[in-house]
Amino acid sequence: MQDVTSHGWDAGQAALPAWSLPKDAVDRIALPAHWPEQVTREWALGGSTGEGVRVCILDSGVDPSHPLVGELDSAVVISIGENEEVLATEDTDGDVSGHGTACAGIVRRLAPQARISSVRVLGASFTGSGAVLLAGLRYAIEQGFDVINMSLSTTKKPFASVLHELADNAYFKRTVLVASAHNMPVESYPWRFSSVLSVGSHEESDPLAFFYNPKPPVEFFGRGVNVEVPWLGGRTLNVSGNSFATPHLTSICALILSKHPELTPFQLKSVLYLTANNVGGET
Amino acid sequence: MTDQPDLRAAVAAGVVGSEDSFRALLAAIVEVARSIFGAKASSILLLDAETEELVFEAVVGEGEDTLLGTRFPVGTGIAGWVLATRTPLVIEDVQNDPRFASDVAEGTGYVPKGLMAAPLLHDEGALGVLSVLDRPEQTLFSLQEMELLGLFANQAAIAVDLLLKAREAERLLGDGGGDLEVVARLATAVGALEDERREAGLRLLRELADTLSA
Repeated sequence: MQDVTSHGWDAGQAALPAWSLPKDAVDRIALPAHWPEQVTREWALGGSTGEGVRVCILDSGVDPSHPLVGELDSAVVISIGENEEVLATEDTDGDVSGHGTACAGIVRRLAPQARISSVRVLGASFTGSGAVLLAGLRYAIEQGFDVINMSLSTTKKPFASVLHELADNAYFKRTVLVASAHNMPVESYPWRFSSVLSVGSHEESDPLAFFYNPKPPVEFFGRGVNVEVPWLGGRTLNVSGNSFATPHLTSICALILSKHPELTPFQLKSVLYLTANNVGGET
Repeated sequence: MTDQPDLRAAVAAGVVGSEDSFRALLAAIVEVARSIFGAKASSILLLDAETEELVFEAVVGEGEDTLLGTRFPVGTGIAGWVLATRTPLVIEDVQNDPRFASDVAEGTGYVPKGLMAAPLLHDEGALGVLSVLDRPEQTLFSLQEMELLGLFANQAAIAVDLLLKAREAERLLGDGGGDLEVVARLATAVGALEDERREAGLRLLRELADTLSA
């Protein structure tokens, strides 16, 4: 008889097997088989508003007073304490650059009923910003957000292994990390990791148009050129860059997860692939 | 064996006076960037890690008479975001952003409407930010321009890296006092010699080095 406990699975419980799949456990991992014969954009996100999906904007903060952003679920600022402890305190400063507000505005426009939270990892100081970024990401994953928008990256190699671990943790905890790809000839993270959903820009004007890239590491292209976004002071600006393509994919993920909350990040990526403009078509 | 400080000093001799050349290179890069994009101005901001400020190292076009050497805190604003996140971005109609006006345009009387900014990345470090201000208003931004901006930023990052190394070398030279300076002067003098005199000079220095390290 197979020693299932040594494989990290307690046969006495109804829990799913973690490391292996004994014959008599196959039925227990049966998944709802309601995927249509052809996965379409309409099936994936048609009619969805993002309702119920918790989206985190890991960035420069978000200005909730902007009419194109509105109320946030929560807003914290991450800092490192005197004893190297991570501090997540309520953020009353809003946004220190305007960028986080822009990202939140894109999500609000495309997935209006998604619940948006802000985790600010920028602004306090440039020195140590990498450590704050890591701490912020760790915090966001612990909060169990459904989607984390990371329109940023780090080039610090020592952070790469920790980021990799965090990205994998998020993946297994059903938190989708959507990260901006770098369009400069420099190694940066975390977008290069396969557990992350990485995003570059396309030039189309349709905000829901997205493309699968058959030549990774960039996996998807979202709208990232000449995008109107909210900015500081109640204004709107016209912006371009992968960092704005990222919240477009974040929003699309939120729309899909709202309609299909059971999807794991792997399944979500599969749906994105099948419904990408260059694969399954627009509808 | 030559001591490490002496070696550094000798190396420093090769870069004495090169700061001007590297600054000229930075100026040339922003000039070409401005010209290619048909922009009103272009600048390179360098990070001063000690003071956590961004400093204008090269400026061409609007503000070139006043901005050079101007500093502002790195923690906030668009350039600070670009630097901290290692991510380029393009913003148009930025004059509506009060934060932008305060950190870049303060005191210059020049408030740009549009901004393209890319981080200057070298190895693991973010050294500064390349900005191109006010592209022609009638043209929509394209991904091709983003690629071009990245190429310029890459070139500028290499130039900035050389500039920083030259400064470090000069600092070492300055900190070394008379001992290091004489080594640097020797290296400079030998470097200027030609043919037989150079061979003779090098022979003499080798003998001196052998004697001193014996």
